[in-house]
Amino acid sequence: MLLLIPLLFGITLLTFSLAKALPGDPVLSMVGERAQPEVIEKIRKEIGADKNIVEQYYGYLALLLRGEFGRSYYTNREVLHDILLKFPNTLKLALAAMLIAVPLGTAFGFISAYRKDTVTDRVISALSITGLSVPVFWSGLLLMLFFSLELRMFPPSGSGDLRFLVLPALTLSLPALGALARITRTTVLEVLDMPFIKTARAMGIREVRIQAGHVLKNALIPIVTVIGLDFGSYLNGAVLTETIFGWDGIGRFIMEGIIKRDYPVIMGCVIIGTFVFVAINMVVDMLYNSLDPRVRFGEQDR
Amino acid sequence: MNRTGKAALLIILLIAVMSFTASFMPWCNPGSINLDRIKEAPSFDHPLGTDTKGRDILSRILYGGRVSISIAVSAALLSTMIGLVFGLCSGYFGGKVDALLMAFADLVLSFPTLLLAIAISVLFPPGIYTVVIAIVAVGWASFARIIRGQVLSLKEANYIEAAKAMGCSTGRIIHRHLMPQCIPVVLVVMGMKIGGYILVEASLSFLGLGAQPPMPTWGSMISAHRAYLTSAPWMVVAPGFMIALTALCFNLLGDSLRDRYGLKIKG
Repeated sequence: MLLLIPLLFGITLLTFSLAKALPGDPVLSMVGERAQPEVIEKIRKEIGADKNIVEQYYGYLALLLRGEFGRSYYTNREVLHDILLKFPNTLKLALAAMLIAVPLGTAFGFISAYRKDTVTDRVISALSITGLSVPVFWSGLLLMLFFSLELRMFPPSGSGDLRFLVLPALTLSLPALGALARITRTTVLEVLDMPFIKTARAMGIREVRIQAGHVLKNALIPIVTVIGLDFGSYLNGAVLTETIFGWDGIGRFIMEGIIKRDYPVIMGCVIIGTFVFVAINMVVDMLYNSLDPRVRFGEQDR
Repeated sequence: MNRTGKAALLIILLIAVMSFTASFMPWCNPGSINLDRIKEAPSFDHPLGTDTKGRDILSRILYGGRVSISIAVSAALLSTMIGLVFGLCSGYFGGKVDALLMAFADLVLSFPTLLLAIAISVLFPPGIYTVVIAIVAVGWASFARIIRGQVLSLKEANYIEAAKAMGCSTGRIIHRHLMPQCIPVVLVVMGMKIGGYILVEASLSFLGLGAQPPMPTWGSMISAHRAYLTSAPWMVVAPGFMIALTALCFNLLGDSLRDRYGLKIKG
């Protein structure tokens, strides 16, 4: 919990220095190379680019504390406002991807573990490692080519109702699905190998109870962790998937910000993104703790 | 190593050898523009077709492979070196050093990888070195964590006690007794990470933050030809297939190395 404060301080410092060191002059790219010097000077004062770096950082922090992430250099709209507007879209996409990845991934993992070393296991294992290896921007394009351009089943890009959501969510879910199936398989195999399962069987406890009470409960712990930690990969993947499918979320927003060197947008997105990421990790940690009393904070190794 | 691992290694070597010898092949001209023969489907002259400027896609893929593999492998080597220093110190000295170093590693690990890589790629002028820096900036931390775990389990071993009793210096114990024992783990983790690094490199160059034109990369080949997905799908399919194949082979190799050394590392 205490890690959050230095983390956020570190992030703001980092995003600020990153943005300051960016090549190119935001004022010049905003007004164009041929603008009059007086105009350039005026805008420089307006956005505070004439003060020194330390003052700029303090000003930035003070604004952040008041919940103001500044205004976009281009649209002059409040960054926080736009982020809050777009965040639900990214969340929708990530949740939809999770809805596909979590049930399928864990189911495949369990099947694979129970059918260890059979053809089914090999096929599932091969598919899950492939899912991990295929870049989302390529699988996304292939899905788009097949389902929207050939079969015309789904719109190729844009945001809106459910039909727009299917392809990006499917694309985003593939690597997570692979990762989840793999981790579930290893975990279930590990638990099945534990002495207490043998003991339970020797004690004549019904198989159904062994599976539901002991195997599932013990296997669930690492699986929940992976599901939570994977949220970071959804954020990563969202940048690419949203860019490809024109989904109006944070990922596309930050990409546009980077292309236009729109510092407040980049910094706002990175700060909010990291905050969400860390918050989710903490929730996962707490869940982990309540699921497994053996685990104490700080003792787990990733 | 099992059969899958050997096959994966063979394919990796094949891709690497073909990519790195491509500049000696007379037919390999990634930069030669021929505007009379643009967007040609695969044929005998151009096994993978030509792109929007009439350049041979096979040649460009081989040159792109050189970039991808060099970046991923050097990023893995650099991450390993930094991870070794952090992991060995953290694991061996324990206490405050450990707490401080691992807090730092956790801080880095709690960043969404691609977001941080994007931020770094924007900080420095885009290019090969920037991509390597971006990957290493995040990558070293997971090496450090795993190596620390390995050291923790090793440092209580009898032969370390014996070495201490014989008066070995701390430096010698770390260098001669602990580090060699970490090599298998490092190999396994490298195998498992390189596949991911290939994907990060491809993603960054897809976003235009990788090696800059005219140098061909797999990621930039896909982003440049996205618009022709229906009219000339081979321009997008071929480079993407190479990214997936290379990443897959490295992942399979990592898995099989892990099984070979009987290590339990999840990923």
